[in-house]
Amino acid sequence: MTSATAAVARPGFLARRHRSYYFFAVPALVVVGAVIIFPWLFTVWMSAFDWKIGSTAHFVGLENYLGLAKNQRFIESIVHTFYFTLLAVVVPLVLGLVAALIFHHRFPFRGMLRGIFTMPMMATPVAVALVWTMMFHPQQGVLNYLLSLVGLPPSLWVYSPTWVIPSLVLVEIWHWTPLVMLIVLGGLAALPTEPYESARLDGASEWQLFRYITLPLIAPFLVVAAVIRTIDALKAFDTIYVISQGGPGTASETINLYLYLQAFAFYNVGNASAVVVVFFVIILALALLLLYVRQRAKWS
Amino acid sequence: MELTASLPIPAARRARLRRGWRKLGFGFAVAVIVSPAIMVFLWMLSLSVKTEVDNTAYPPIFIPDHPTLANFVQVFTENSMGLYFWNSIVVSGCATLVALAVGIPAGYGIARTQAHKLTVLILIARMTPALSYLIPLFTVFQLLGLNNTLTALVITHLVITVPIIVYVMAGHFETLPKELEEAALIDGGSVWTSFRYVALPLARPGVVVATILAFIFSWNNFVFGAVLAGRATRTLPAAVYNVLTFEQLAWGPLAAAALIVTVPVLLLTIVIQKEIVVGLTHGGVKA
Repeated sequence: MTSATAAVARPGFLARRHRSYYFFAVPALVVVGAVIIFPWLFTVWMSAFDWKIGSTAHFVGLENYLGLAKNQRFIESIVHTFYFTLLAVVVPLVLGLVAALIFHHRFPFRGMLRGIFTMPMMATPVAVALVWTMMFHPQQGVLNYLLSLVGLPPSLWVYSPTWVIPSLVLVEIWHWTPLVMLIVLGGLAALPTEPYESARLDGASEWQLFRYITLPLIAPFLVVAAVIRTIDALKAFDTIYVISQGGPGTASETINLYLYLQAFAFYNVGNASAVVVVFFVIILALALLLLYVRQRAKWS
Repeated sequence: MELTASLPIPAARRARLRRGWRKLGFGFAVAVIVSPAIMVFLWMLSLSVKTEVDNTAYPPIFIPDHPTLANFVQVFTENSMGLYFWNSIVVSGCATLVALAVGIPAGYGIARTQAHKLTVLILIARMTPALSYLIPLFTVFQLLGLNNTLTALVITHLVITVPIIVYVMAGHFETLPKELEEAALIDGGSVWTSFRYVALPLARPGVVVATILAFIFSWNNFVFGAVLAGRATRTLPAAVYNVLTFEQLAWGPLAAAALIVTVPVLLLTIVIQKEIVVGLTHGGVKA
């Protein structure tokens, strides 16, 4: 606003200065070019080679990609990733929404309790993953003890092929529900009060207020949370690597874990680069899909 | 509720009772959502101050009769936690300082030229899995003989620190009034002086937030250190995982090490409570 009025008052004044502001971005562009853009391009280039670190590279064109399409283990890792992501997006969204509705009320010690509730999301993932590993331990772990307290049978947690992904999602929920809560809380804080007053006068119930006023108004914030959560869940690595290493067997091997093995256990950089490209396309596609849903929701 | 409804109680008292039940239910809900967050940290603390016998006891011992600091002493004397702590400070510190040097001017440039397309770059950078930077950088460092050095780690950590600082600073400079800078320009100052002596001093709170966020994200990073570092150059998260789990250490020292990594982050988090969400959603949100 201010720049618009200034430009009207002194035409060309800012425009003349405008160009020199671009120089401020030059050092950062150099760094970003070296550590971010160069790796992107180099990855795409490497994906066209059969290349193991220490040996010479052979150009193979799209062969790495064709190999991935037929690679059963890679395809399974995509399925695991989607399963993990679905759970790790939906559950934190629901719980985060509930938590935000709770923290939107005024109650004693609210600030302090909200601070405690948000602690997990900044904690070092490896450190908390190690603690969860100890908690998951089937014999001496505290989780099975807690189950026994409420009369439930012990679980094998991350040692069971069936339960390993839900168990890893449990850590993810613990870690990232606070972020969803904070995003939604921001939406709740911006809500107008008038619709509620008139709806109350018309005799709307609390549930109706939530369903027909609150939910539509905070929907954009939920979409933002869903996008961020989807990107982060697809990219999840530290906790899975530390807690299960993709095991037992390959039961929790996500794309990222498969990628790590290809690149840094087998040093198969050509193949790993092809995995990166496919992986990135998947992330991009899902993020765009969610943003598209958001646009559609806006129009209707 | 049903009980109170079935008894002949005056309306006023019934309303009071209902409010009481509501408060109780609400308090219970708060307890249910907050307790898992705190419990994991308390359990980490509990494991770190117990002897091995207490840690493997079943049923678990939550509060030990004889708390001990032996685990902390052990990880510092036998597992060189001091060295790894220092590595982490050097790597995260340097990566943050370099990122501030290039990121603050860049944020300013973006804010003043309205070059929002550049922030798309940040969004894409955020979507890219960290491992995909590692493969090319690892290959290049191999050629340059830089693997296993702190320099390689600092360079790689710029992947984390630069986007977050540019993003936070661009957002912050946009909230600053332009009139003062314009006045400086009219008085004959250059664009640089108006940045250096007008905008930058005003942006100090933004710089503090950007610095802390960049430092925390860099500090928390595990995989760069796990892949690029040698035995003596590991950062703290990589060391906690590699050194302590490979040497088959017991739970007590492991929890102590985990606590040593986490506590600095939690302390920094308290300083920037309100701005955390901006950092974690960077690139993803355009309000």
